[in-house]
Amino acid sequence: MKTIDITSDLELDLRDQVCPYAFLQAKVALEDMAPGQILRITLCGRDIENVPRSIKEEGHEIIHVQKDGDSFMFYIKRCPNASNA
Amino acid sequence: MSTNHFNDNNEPEAHSSADVSQKSTPADAGDFDQLKSGGFIKQKQKDLFTIRLQVPGGRMPLDKLRKAIEAAEKYSSADYLHLSIRQSVEIPYVNYRDIPALQMHLNQADQAIASCGHRVRVPTACSGCEYNPNGLVDTQKLASRAHEQFFGQDTPHKFKMNFSGCPIDCARSSEADLGFQGAVEPEWDEDSCVACTICEKACKENAIHCDDEGKPVYNPGNCLACADCIRNCPTGAWRSRRTGLIVRVGGKHGRHPLNASVVAEFLPEERVPQVIQGTVQWYLANRPDNEKLRLGDLLRRTGMQSYMQSMAEVFGECAVKEPQPPAPVIIHRNGDKRI
Repeated sequence: MKTIDITSDLELDLRDQVCPYAFLQAKVALEDMAPGQILRITLCGRDIENVPRSIKEEGHEIIHVQKDGDSFMFYIKRCPNASNA
Repeated sequence: MSTNHFNDNNEPEAHSSADVSQKSTPADAGDFDQLKSGGFIKQKQKDLFTIRLQVPGGRMPLDKLRKAIEAAEKYSSADYLHLSIRQSVEIPYVNYRDIPALQMHLNQADQAIASCGHRVRVPTACSGCEYNPNGLVDTQKLASRAHEQFFGQDTPHKFKMNFSGCPIDCARSSEADLGFQGAVEPEWDEDSCVACTICEKACKENAIHCDDEGKPVYNPGNCLACADCIRNCPTGAWRSRRTGLIVRVGGKHGRHPLNASVVAEFLPEERVPQVIQGTVQWYLANRPDNEKLRLGDLLRRTGMQSYMQSMAEVFGECAVKEPQPPAPVIIHRNGDKRI
């Protein structure tokens, strides 16, 4: 796995969240951030499939993923045109 | 003795318009002629019919549903509509004398009556890629076009078409005379990959294994073309190489179900009408004399070669090499005795 140094503006550990709250927490956090800022979320289990997929569908960009044992850290760039609903 | 006739699917035989008009009906015989393609199913009860409506792909616009409810309130003695197994809406308990008036009522919303008997039936479909997250192709559009173009055409026996948007196959393309299922062949782009190994976890078929560096190794022999890898890749390193349809032929349900044969893979959407046309033509040209046979039973008798040869131009590079004929699915304890 490539290791890249990325600084995040906000970190959320969503490993204890039940679907769909993990996604909703990430979505709400991204909406409060400025375009271009980076959110880092930590996920495990089936959420590593569903949550990033939904975040991409919202229009945000996942710029990096890092494995950490059984968990994954996703670096998400808040996109300017992402839906703000 | 009951006047009901049952066919292989234990479905009451439809009565043609001729059967209806033989009785002293006040309606113009011309009205019944328009209903030649069926859609009336005789009930056990004297003079009563179930009216089957065309609902291609199970999608019923609200104005049509409203008219169906009004028509049922006016002409049916039951207080419900029935949802058929093939996504149709049926109005039961209609006296045959009221059929022309009921049809005129439905006409106000262009709600047509469906078909029964030996012809191309109304296709079924899942919701497709429009809003279903698993959907890979627009099954609603495909079913609607197939319906407009082929509905009611005469065939040697009933001819059913099902459209599924993905390999989960909710619309049971494997149980239709002609079935279509959306499929995506994935390809991997090394430059976009961050070696996170999520694709390996997302793939339920063991078609992706990641090496020690986290890079995926793809085994197409295990792949069902579901696109889970593409959907779940965070960085877009998995992409579609080919999107199209798996084509299945000769399936059926009923007393003696047949599991359809996969005859083409990743067929481009625009070739679907040619596949339907070619398959119906082959079916008509190869029908046995004096015998009613479903397409799958006919293919079991002829073998697949003749059909594949006649479809070679349409299937082209998508044709499956030497497909097996449709295979029996035994659902009854003594269901294997007739094979």
